[in-house]
Amino acid sequence: MQRKFDPIMSSATMPTTTQLTTLRAPLQRAKVGMASLIFMESAFFAAFLVTYLYYIGKSPNGPQPIDCLELGPVLVNSVCLIASSFTVMLAVKSLARGSISGFRAWMLVTVLLGLEFLVGTGIEWRSLMIDKGLTIQSNAFGTNYYALVGFHAFHVTLGLLMLMGTLVLSLFGCINPRRDHVRVDILTWYWHFVDVVWIFVFMLVYVIGRVPQGGAL
Amino acid sequence: MNTSIAANEGAHAGGEGPLSFWESAMRWTLSVDHKKLGIMYICAGMVFFLIGGLEAALMRLQLARANAGIIDPETFNQLFTMHGTTMVFLVGMPVLLGFGNFLIPLMVGARDMAFPRLNAFGFWLFIFGGLLLYFSYIGSEGLYGAPGAPDVGWFAYAPLTSRTFSRGNSTDYWILGIMVSGFGSMTTAINFIATVLCMRCPGMKLMRMPMIAWMMLVVAALVLVAVPVLTAAQVMLLLDRSLGAHFFDPQTQGSAVLWQHLFWFFGHPEVYILVLPAFGFVSEILPVFSRKAIFGYSLMVAATVGIGFIALGVWAHHMFVVGMGPVLDSFFAASTFLISVPTGIKIFNWLGTMWGGRLRFATPMLFVTGFVAMFIIGGLTGIMLATVPMDWQLSDSYFVVGHFHYVLFGGTVFGIFAAIFYWFPKATGRMLNEHLGKWCFWLLFIGFTMTFMPMHISGILGMPRRIYTYEADRGFEIWNLISSIGVPVQMAGVLCFLWNVVKSLRNGAIAGDDPWDAWTLEWSTSSPPPEWNFDRIPTCTSARPLWDKKHPEDPDAHYE
Repeated sequence: MQRKFDPIMSSATMPTTTQLTTLRAPLQRAKVGMASLIFMESAFFAAFLVTYLYYIGKSPNGPQPIDCLELGPVLVNSVCLIASSFTVMLAVKSLARGSISGFRAWMLVTVLLGLEFLVGTGIEWRSLMIDKGLTIQSNAFGTNYYALVGFHAFHVTLGLLMLMGTLVLSLFGCINPRRDHVRVDILTWYWHFVDVVWIFVFMLVYVIGRVPQGGAL
Repeated sequence: MNTSIAANEGAHAGGEGPLSFWESAMRWTLSVDHKKLGIMYICAGMVFFLIGGLEAALMRLQLARANAGIIDPETFNQLFTMHGTTMVFLVGMPVLLGFGNFLIPLMVGARDMAFPRLNAFGFWLFIFGGLLLYFSYIGSEGLYGAPGAPDVGWFAYAPLTSRTFSRGNSTDYWILGIMVSGFGSMTTAINFIATVLCMRCPGMKLMRMPMIAWMMLVVAALVLVAVPVLTAAQVMLLLDRSLGAHFFDPQTQGSAVLWQHLFWFFGHPEVYILVLPAFGFVSEILPVFSRKAIFGYSLMVAATVGIGFIALGVWAHHMFVVGMGPVLDSFFAASTFLISVPTGIKIFNWLGTMWGGRLRFATPMLFVTGFVAMFIIGGLTGIMLATVPMDWQLSDSYFVVGHFHYVLFGGTVFGIFAAIFYWFPKATGRMLNEHLGKWCFWLLFIGFTMTFMPMHISGILGMPRRIYTYEADRGFEIWNLISSIGVPVQMAGVLCFLWNVVKSLRNGAIAGDDPWDAWTLEWSTSSPPPEWNFDRIPTCTSARPLWDKKHPEDPDAHYE
């Protein structure tokens, strides 16, 4: 007896409940998969955050956070990044409503805001390295600063590439609002996650971490 | 359902006769089928098991006599580093994840994992990570003229890993090899969680899942918490070594203790990652060979989840000798004692399952019983080591080596052998030879006891681990000699196993769908299962769906 797999035949013989599960399953597992990925990335960032916390105030020599870090530019960057979470939400809402042009517009705004954050971080790093003389080799502060902020920026880059990919796909007409809006929604979870991590990084590096040498903690 | 082997093989080959070597190699390489990937995981893990075993055998050869000069100290350092790293990352993880891959979809009644391509990606990451680690033997010389494999120990304590003390690129190979295969483990873990949560067949509620599915779910969660922390620590170490950062170098305000915290935050959950799947094997095999449903299913699930949580809070019991102070010492001693409660619950549930059962001592059952007995010994020495003053005395001695080999060899490896003997018929359609299987078990069991029991004594006598030789007349000699004599006995056991596999693949008894009269869904399909696993997605009415099917007059569902 030969057995050949014929998906159409076998699904026709399946009970109705099974059919429903198989139809619903892909989205469900995509959600679980993305949630697990975010859970894993949280553990990854937790290690860097805890390490940063541990080294606050433990750099007796070299440039100090209070002298190097300026709040002005980074606040602009932060506002852009947090705002991009809302614009990406609006993009997904447009897609769910079936408005592909609204989706493209909000997605473009999101990508631009994300790019601003990356460029802003680059400008900040340039000034830190050239004007303030802070490098990864300077002291524990420099090491942790570049590692933590750099890893966050790396994740912003990854998220941005995914969003840009989606935008390009939608420009070529490959995004079908009815079929894809849940997928795109799941993809944006990652972007929200990157934003939430930034809130932690910002609080740790620019608020708590700017205590003077020998200060609290 | 009762398709014969021949018809099944015909279906696999598309009915066009046997495949050429090249065709079948391509079919395996390009496969995203969870069963093929699972088998490849297990086979690759077994190859690394042989390599890691040979490394251990060389060390035992050197330590058989006092003042032996067979292996020089540098090579010895490389051997114990590669042995530990191989066994943990390239044997334990892949073989157990491989079993998870093979079994989870079959057991929960799905046609494949949730993300089949991601699954293949994870497997190839593991393979290339392993090859990268072993490439260090030829590739680590770099521009520094310091060749050789990593030699910093499997937990790679700082500042031994700094550029100053570890020249050449061997430590970088250690970092990158483990990191790459770690990414593989993490993708697999995501896959496990999505499969267990989303792909169960109709009627398979969470509390009806086979124990293995529960254990793998908890293992996957532990992987997702623990492995990224190791990866983060390795990234920091890489920054230290390549860009001159100051994470772990105490001379430049870095902290060597921080590495220990980060490493063991990964390292202790890792121990449970390695042993929980083996708990799962035992919880599946023991009931079938006792002819009883598992005792206390829900308590078993609760204990598993409990272990998962407590496992995240015990890591610093590896660091009592660092001098963390009485508060942290007491906390981590207490949490370690605490974890023995759910583990003890499991042991008693297994004993309760065996109690009053009709025991059949086929080879899988022998290994499972061996597992329970040896794991209890390993657990008890673990409690001894969790006692802070005792640990101060015994830390970094051969007592510790004996302890964790009882857990990881007597525990995990025995569990793996039990699982191989139990599920080999499902994977290949042929039974493994019982006679050779019993030889394999007794040789391994006796060799194992000879090698690792005396290590407790030489450790109490004061023999430190990781020394490449020792002076005569310190009382170590006889115990080391016995340990070393155990090695060839174990090797004979492993050879028995390999010969058994080769022989049984060619002309083993035809297994049929359900050779053990078992109760979980993988036995309801043919052996080996077709690529799509089930012609019809099964339905599940209780925790033992096949029992219900075989005994419609007295189904389990009545008792739930």
